Amino acid sequence: MSVSDLRGRFEGLFERDVTLVLAVLGVLYLAYILAGVAFGYGLRGQLNAIANLTFYVGVFGMLALALNLHWGYTGLFNIGIVGFMGIGIYTTAVVSKPAAAGGAAQVGGLGLPLFVGITAGVVVAGLFGLLVALPALRLRADYLAIVTVAFSEIIRFTMMSRTFQTFTVPDTIDLWLFSFDPAPDTIGLGGGGGLILNYTNPLEALLRILFLWDPYLGFVSFVEENVISNNPKPVLDGLLYGVFLLIGVGLYYALLSRTGKSPFGRVLKAIREDEDVANALGKDTDRFKLTAFVLGAALMGLGGILWYSARGSVTPPSFRPNITFFIWIALIIGGAGSNTGSFLGGALFAGVLYQGPRYVKNLVQTAFELGSAPRNFGEAMAGFASLDPMPFILYTLDSVSQLRLVIMGVVLIWLMHNRPEGLLGHRKETASSVDLARPRSGGSSGKATAADGGDER
Amino acid sequence: MSETDESAANEAAPVEKAATDAGPSSAEGDASADGSSRDADLTDVMGAEADTPTGENADRYAPLEVEGLRKEFGGITAVDDVSFDVEEGTLTGLIGPNGAGKSTTFNLITGMLDPTAGTVRFNGEDVTGLQPHEIANRGLARTFQIARELEEMTVLENMMLAPKGQVGESLWRSVMPFTRGSVREQETEQLDRVWEVLDFFEIDHLADEYAGNLSGGQRKLLEMARALLTDPDVLLLDEPFAGVNPSLEKRLLEHIHELRERGYTFLIVEHDMDLIMNNCERVIVMHQGRILKDGTPAEIKESEEVIEAYLGGEV
Amino acid sequence: MSVSETYVRYRQTLSEEPLAIGVLLVALWMAWSLVSGLLTGGIQISSLASLVWDGLLRGLIIGLAGIGLSMTYSILNFANFAHGDYLTSGAFAGMATSYLIAGIGENSVGALLLVGAGGSVFGGALGIGVTTAPVAVVVGALVAGVATIALALLIDRFVYRPIRDESGIALLITSIGVAFALRYLLQFVFGAGVRGTTAAGSVPRVSVPAIDGTFRVTAHDVSLIVVAGGLMLGVHLLLQRTKLGKAMRAMSDNEDLARITGIPTERVIRTTWIVGAGLTGVAGYMFILWKGTLGFNDGWLLLLLVFAAVILGGIGSIYGAIGGGIIIGLTASVSVIWIPSAFGRAAAFLVMIVILLFKPEGIFSGRTTA
Repeated sequence: MSVSDLRGRFEGLFERDVTLVLAVLGVLYLAYILAGVAFGYGLRGQLNAIANLTFYVGVFGMLALALNLHWGYTGLFNIGIVGFMGIGIYTTAVVSKPAAAGGAAQVGGLGLPLFVGITAGVVVAGLFGLLVALPALRLRADYLAIVTVAFSEIIRFTMMSRTFQTFTVPDTIDLWLFSFDPAPDTIGLGGGGGLILNYTNPLEALLRILFLWDPYLGFVSFVEENVISNNPKPVLDGLLYGVFLLIGVGLYYALLSRTGKSPFGRVLKAIREDEDVANALGKDTDRFKLTAFVLGAALMGLGGILWYSARGSVTPPSFRPNITFFIWIALIIGGAGSNTGSFLGGALFAGVLYQGPRYVKNLVQTAFELGSAPRNFGEAMAGFASLDPMPFILYTLDSVSQLRLVIMGVVLIWLMHNRPEGLLGHRKETASSVDLARPRSGGSSGKATAADGGDER
Repeated sequence: MSETDESAANEAAPVEKAATDAGPSSAEGDASADGSSRDADLTDVMGAEADTPTGENADRYAPLEVEGLRKEFGGITAVDDVSFDVEEGTLTGLIGPNGAGKSTTFNLITGMLDPTAGTVRFNGEDVTGLQPHEIANRGLARTFQIARELEEMTVLENMMLAPKGQVGESLWRSVMPFTRGSVREQETEQLDRVWEVLDFFEIDHLADEYAGNLSGGQRKLLEMARALLTDPDVLLLDEPFAGVNPSLEKRLLEHIHELRERGYTFLIVEHDMDLIMNNCERVIVMHQGRILKDGTPAEIKESEEVIEAYLGGEV
Repeated sequence: MSVSETYVRYRQTLSEEPLAIGVLLVALWMAWSLVSGLLTGGIQISSLASLVWDGLLRGLIIGLAGIGLSMTYSILNFANFAHGDYLTSGAFAGMATSYLIAGIGENSVGALLLVGAGGSVFGGALGIGVTTAPVAVVVGALVAGVATIALALLIDRFVYRPIRDESGIALLITSIGVAFALRYLLQFVFGAGVRGTTAAGSVPRVSVPAIDGTFRVTAHDVSLIVVAGGLMLGVHLLLQRTKLGKAMRAMSDNEDLARITGIPTERVIRTTWIVGAGLTGVAGYMFILWKGTLGFNDGWLLLLLVFAAVILGGIGSIYGAIGGGIIIGLTASVSVIWIPSAFGRAAAFLVMIVILLFKPEGIFSGRTTA
């Protein structure tokens, strides 16, 4: 086999999605692990870093996929993502948190089982999607952008407000068929302080349902005895949650891939290209846009739930538009329109732009005894007077959390200049449930004669 | 062309076809929804009409009736009291100088614009002011003046988009495992028709190309092919020959005539005078938003008003 | 007109103008609750006056910043999401200058230029204020404008010019990148803290009587009005009296004409940025001077309100931006009478959303713009 054959074979492999995804993830993880080893990062630290990486790959992957449905397929410019995420997690919190203990600061919830809470969160997020989309469907893209970001800010104000901080719940609630006595006396959104997510850990809940909880605990003690001596559970929890999220990504991908590769997806693509044509072909574009928007919003709500359930609490400042823009950058990196691209964009964004800088900082700070960083830019620059770059380097390292945002901005600008279609945006992901190649059953020969102008006439 | 091919092409004929048959003069045909028997009816009708002297248009069924259409934009009246009927199985030309209001009239008929006054009746039903997709679903297809291909989609995707009544356009049905099977079935059937039409228009070699990569002439063909796949009764073609080379034009015309003989109705806006005069049975001339003259090509050629409108006057 | 005709007219209006009816109903309810509040003493006229005053001033800032946004939106055809950060940049540049002028000699230059990052210098201690350090303030405002112009031109040259022909959406997305880069660069340099910039206590103030109480007017309020008013007058003169201004009006007034004559020349674009960024920079500086604190997020937090003003006024309309700004400022401020204070800004956003849904050309459109 000649070199060019081999090359062709090699490149051919990359055409297949699975290979591409595995390759990219492989490189990413390998880079993390090797860097950790090179800098002498301990096992616990390494595992934590991997767990974090997986977490962000998971959540950014899921959210980028959901955004791809809105923007890449349907052309809906939604920059209110974080609003839907917030609605998802807050609803879940309100529904599933146990009743308030009676302590002054604590706001309680309805105490219903977690799966009810999660379902409620997804449904309510979808409903808000409906609420936003119904009037705003006809708006052109940039106006929709402004409306959605205004919407997400209004949601944030609602979360922060005193008005919604606590509600007193009536002792009995009567729905038409039955009534129930909710356990708590007050529920609410917690105002500026947010809500403490003291419901069952979703990981634990899931494992229990699968009867894997006890085996898991056994595994944890095994690790404790043999590998990591002190309290490995948080690390293992993190890793397992990461795996759980990757499964989630897989499910999102499966769902959205099916959605895209179908007549429904076809109409969405047409709407993005030219809505008038879709209308002229008899498609009720409003209905399609509405459906797509609601589905995407629900998926964003679920993304928010999965993201924040790993945290102990949730507060309004988390729902500033920055996260929305992160997801947009992830989508653009990967290529809007391609589902695989969306995931890859999310993974690369998480690994390189979001977590990467912080990881590097941790590595460097662990490996080298660096001393304390200058507190401000002035002190950092002062070092240059005596040709000493260290203060500046230390300051930069310390401020890596801000700098990565600068880098993200620059990357976005670069992409829009040079490769707006991202990694995979140019790909032909045919929107059809069947292969569109010419069917072999021979209608074709008959047609050839027809094309001559009708010999038979 | 054999009967079976035609029936395959018309297979998914929506029930609306029955409405066509319910019109006055074609009531003699069986009011069946099946495309193949429709063709048989048309052959009967065509045969019958051969005996009718021209001029007795009043007896023919007109699927498209426009009456008193008027459209004002602020102070400008783009379309003023336009009325005409388009008869089944005919090729009617709509001509006029630039700015005469032809495209606006199309937009009014197809629902893209709401008229200030007047009505549009399609297959006997008042469709004035309905949404474009509602009108399209009733059997009225249109093409656009500047070919609006869905550029980032392949030719095949463009074509597969067109047919009506696609089960898979419901999200639920496409996604749920138990129903996806029927979606795939329908798409497979549809695919056959799509390839047939692609062959008919001789653009099958471009099937996998992005529509954006097609030449101007090829796009026009795609546009027409796509419109045809919606299984319309009436096609409004907006300058389908603009920028198309003569041999392609000839082929297109052949296709149109062939389709006309199968029972499709055409209303064509064109600037190429010879084309219209040589192919259309009837020509409507518009000028400054009004109908100047409505008659046979011969009548139009001799009309002084038309000549003045084109050559002199206030064009 | 007979009774039945009138009835038909009204019913037609109801179905055709749901917005007008809705606005009317809301306005009636607001008026009623305001009046009843005033009569029963639940709302004091003085506090109302204070709110109105606050809203007006806020609105002037929003309007001033809005002129620039409106111009870039209509002439360059994209929604500039980095506009808020231009505001912040102007504020920092101006304040750094003011600090330098006011504090030089007694404090390190570095600390002054960083506008007291990390608590190294305090604006109050330096006595920044229009009466206490007038030179510092005036020069600061000027520098704010000039620096923002330079920044905007630089960014346009390297970021927007290469993709001038791209769609508005592509430019919008790019501007998000610019916003990120700019804002966090500011944070990197100037630190994340919010610092007090003026000697708030020593700013002269007057208590203006208002029937049942008083409301305060400070010197900074007045200087804001003077500067904003002056600049708006300047823009008005520019647009009405100069040739360039006429060209800009023509471009923004008659979009079809603009389209026929083609893509705007680089000269017009440059002027757009110069006028727009200049106004925005000064607006940023005056905003900070007025509110007394400075943080890297300040412009961004104002951005949506500025968008609201521009949309309300009609994109491309200079006078619309000013009018829209005042209305939005008043809405955000005075709405606390009717709704909880946390939702003041939400009310302004809601106004914008309603306008976008029902009358996206804005309420001042259709008149001679500019």
